[in-house]
Amino acid sequence: MTRTVTRAGQPLPEGQDYDVTVIGAGVVGTAIARELARHRVRTALVEASDDIGNGTSKANTAILHTGFDAVPGSLEARLVREGQRGLAVYAAETGIPVERVGALLVAWDQEQLDSLPGLLTKAESNGYHAARLLDASRLAEIEPHLGPGALGALEIPDESVICPWTTPLAFATQAVLAGVHLHLDCRVTAIETGTEPGNEPGTGIHTLTTTRGPLRTRALINAAGLHADEIDRLLGHDAFTVTPRRGQLIVYDKLARDLVRHILLPVPTAAGKGVLVAPTVFGNVLLGPTAEELDDKAATESTEDGLALLREKGRRILPRLIDEEVTAVYAGLRAATGHEDYRIKEYPELRYVAVGGIRSTGLTASMAIAAHVTDLLARTGLDLGAPVELPHVTMPTLGEAADRRPYLDAVLIAADPAYGTVVCHCERVTEGEIRDALDSVLPPRSVEGLARRTRAGNGRCQGFYCGARLRALTARTRP
Amino acid sequence: MTRRERTVDVLVVGAGPAGLGAAAELAASGVRVEVLEREQSAGGIPRHCHHGGFGGRGGRAGGGLSGPEYALRCVAAAERAGATLRTGITVTGWAGPRTLDATGPGGLERITARAVLLATGARERPRSARLVPGSRPAGVYTTGELQQAVHLHHQHIGTRAVVVGDEPVGHAAAGTLRVAGVEVVALVTGRPPEPLAVLRRGPGAPVLSRTTVTGLTGRGRLAGVTVRHEDGRTTTLRCDTVVFTGDWIPDHELARRGAVALDPGTRGPAHDTSYRTGEPGVFAIGNLLHAVESAGTAAAEGRAAAAPVLRHLATGSWPAGRTALAVEAPLTWIAPNLIGPGGEPPLDNRFVLRTGRRRAAPLFEVRQSGRLLHRQRLLLPARPGVPLHLSADWLDRADPHGDTVRIRMR
Repeated sequence: MTRTVTRAGQPLPEGQDYDVTVIGAGVVGTAIARELARHRVRTALVEASDDIGNGTSKANTAILHTGFDAVPGSLEARLVREGQRGLAVYAAETGIPVERVGALLVAWDQEQLDSLPGLLTKAESNGYHAARLLDASRLAEIEPHLGPGALGALEIPDESVICPWTTPLAFATQAVLAGVHLHLDCRVTAIETGTEPGNEPGTGIHTLTTTRGPLRTRALINAAGLHADEIDRLLGHDAFTVTPRRGQLIVYDKLARDLVRHILLPVPTAAGKGVLVAPTVFGNVLLGPTAEELDDKAATESTEDGLALLREKGRRILPRLIDEEVTAVYAGLRAATGHEDYRIKEYPELRYVAVGGIRSTGLTASMAIAAHVTDLLARTGLDLGAPVELPHVTMPTLGEAADRRPYLDAVLIAADPAYGTVVCHCERVTEGEIRDALDSVLPPRSVEGLARRTRAGNGRCQGFYCGARLRALTARTRP
Repeated sequence: MTRRERTVDVLVVGAGPAGLGAAAELAASGVRVEVLEREQSAGGIPRHCHHGGFGGRGGRAGGGLSGPEYALRCVAAAERAGATLRTGITVTGWAGPRTLDATGPGGLERITARAVLLATGARERPRSARLVPGSRPAGVYTTGELQQAVHLHHQHIGTRAVVVGDEPVGHAAAGTLRVAGVEVVALVTGRPPEPLAVLRRGPGAPVLSRTTVTGLTGRGRLAGVTVRHEDGRTTTLRCDTVVFTGDWIPDHELARRGAVALDPGTRGPAHDTSYRTGEPGVFAIGNLLHAVESAGTAAAEGRAAAAPVLRHLATGSWPAGRTALAVEAPLTWIAPNLIGPGGEPPLDNRFVLRTGRRRAAPLFEVRQSGRLLHRQRLLLPARPGVPLHLSADWLDRADPHGDTVRIRMR
């Protein structure tokens, strides 16, 4: 199978129309493209930016949720539950790092403590039966660095942390290997839905105007994340509005990792899920997110107030964390629609599925969303045929708890000494891994893209030692 | 396939001026010394400091060499003395006391030494660690990354830059920017202006004192740095490049992973005047101990550590409890920060300290359990970013098994 990945400056392929085009190559769009790749349809995946997973998908809390706290009976509750199982299996197959660290909803006052039994009941009504209540002494025993005053907790043993970067990368790589066309730097600016001469009304071709020229497709899936409402409006709808909700996060150094064993969740309130402390699969500790309603869909800035708030909350949860060095600060925008559920809707007459309002649970639910959307698409009349096996993909060994990172793998180094040459000292990323990323099906276009594929440059020094070299290595592969 | 297990007399981690200085002295004494360096070439930070001032007499600043010349000289001295230098080898952790695991293109090793010298140096805190809010655009550097980009990789930097910090390293960064054809808009520092600064410095960018950086703007590429003066005025400096300088932190990962106790002031290993840490057989030298002093000081500490290392190899003895030295604000740290049992004097019979605030005519007071051990007036003002020196003449009056010795500056 030929691999088709195009970017700015290259023409879009001419000739045959696509059967399906997915707009948006975030974790949901890539998951849908991967699902479609199992069927005999010509699929395009178009992305406005220069890389996959470049929006909400790259900046979140990276938790693989059980869905214990979803609204029972909602579409989100079902897709999170199914998606969690699917993604856990897929991650094990492909090498996406996952750590089942478990979560603790920590009660810091009597009111919170009183609400834990209700949350336990809610978890059970969501089909999750492993949750249990812990008293203060048991809590102190399993999480010894917790701040004073914790009264008890609800334990969710199956909550896990996952790599937010290799998940869409695995989906997109597999899709491209199976024949899906990926068009980067390809922003959709207009959509015209025509009727072909001699065809029935409603079976027309969509002509997308993109920043790289026209693209024709029979069916359309809108997985544009923060911009899903704008795409929806291009089709004449006014079904929902995406309000970006900013989450600022602080990543603490790996030397802080021993301070925390579980994902420490606050007891949810009306104001949202609140600030958590969580290990990451890269061996760091995450503190965040804030929740700020904005109207600018590009406002991924951190703020003085936001960081101060996080430090104040973090100091209460895990006092010693605040004395540790900060590795990184980032902010992500979740796609809130002011509606407590996903906004997935099919329009059979348009051969169109809108996938909106995929909030912070989108990473967990991505594979189940893809299966659900593909079912809806089949109902719009597209003949998908029987599914086929996808080519196997193996993701780079990014997890800190992986059996053996390349720099520790004597067999690998003996076969190829490049895996023994460490380039990024903080993250222990080797020349061999960087070369592999640059040679991969979806090579990075920037040092940030390289960081999401290898961890290189993501460490505590933030480029003091390796930044210039990484830029040189990345630039060398650019046309 | 497993790890190749070996033993050496002395293992030095880090081939900067400190590690190379120690290796040269020890090898000259006939000890089997091996130096492991994770970079592809030895020499440490001076390799990319193209300004002059290296290699002064007595190991102090003010010499006539450039950084790269000085780095070559350090390497040559260690090799000439017979030390084994191995570059491109990363020490990844501890397998036991004085036993380190390493990764290199030749495979995995486990090296046990009779003495381990940690000389892993220091780095500048990047923008994120300083919690500077705003966007995350391209064009944000530390001095270390900037110097490598310009001097080792000849990369394009930008057109207009702001330098955060006005310590010597900030001025070095400004110099590197000018070499790269970048206009330096300003140096920004939270500190008050230096008296007579105009006389000390040549023509260059203005220094905005009593001013802090409050954020970065620009999506994709840096567009500006927002700053706030201590009187509340704010403005945005238009630029496409910003360099965060100074604010050094010892690269203490290996020390911490080995459970080597740190000093709360320096954030480097707590150590006595013989460079002994809390872990038997583990010494620490150079900028790992206290973040950045001059390369000459780091090299001198390395050389000075040779005698106590040789003593340890001969006797195997290691002090158990030692009395700590602690500083009061505005002093930020003192090194060495433990008193050894024998009352051995520190390098040049003086302790090195740093202050967070300027003092015109500083007076040091050293006390133990309230008892005054020493008073000393300094001739020059105490300034942030510049080493202060406290005489060690009082050492024999301190109780090496007593309470913490406290140093204050008035």
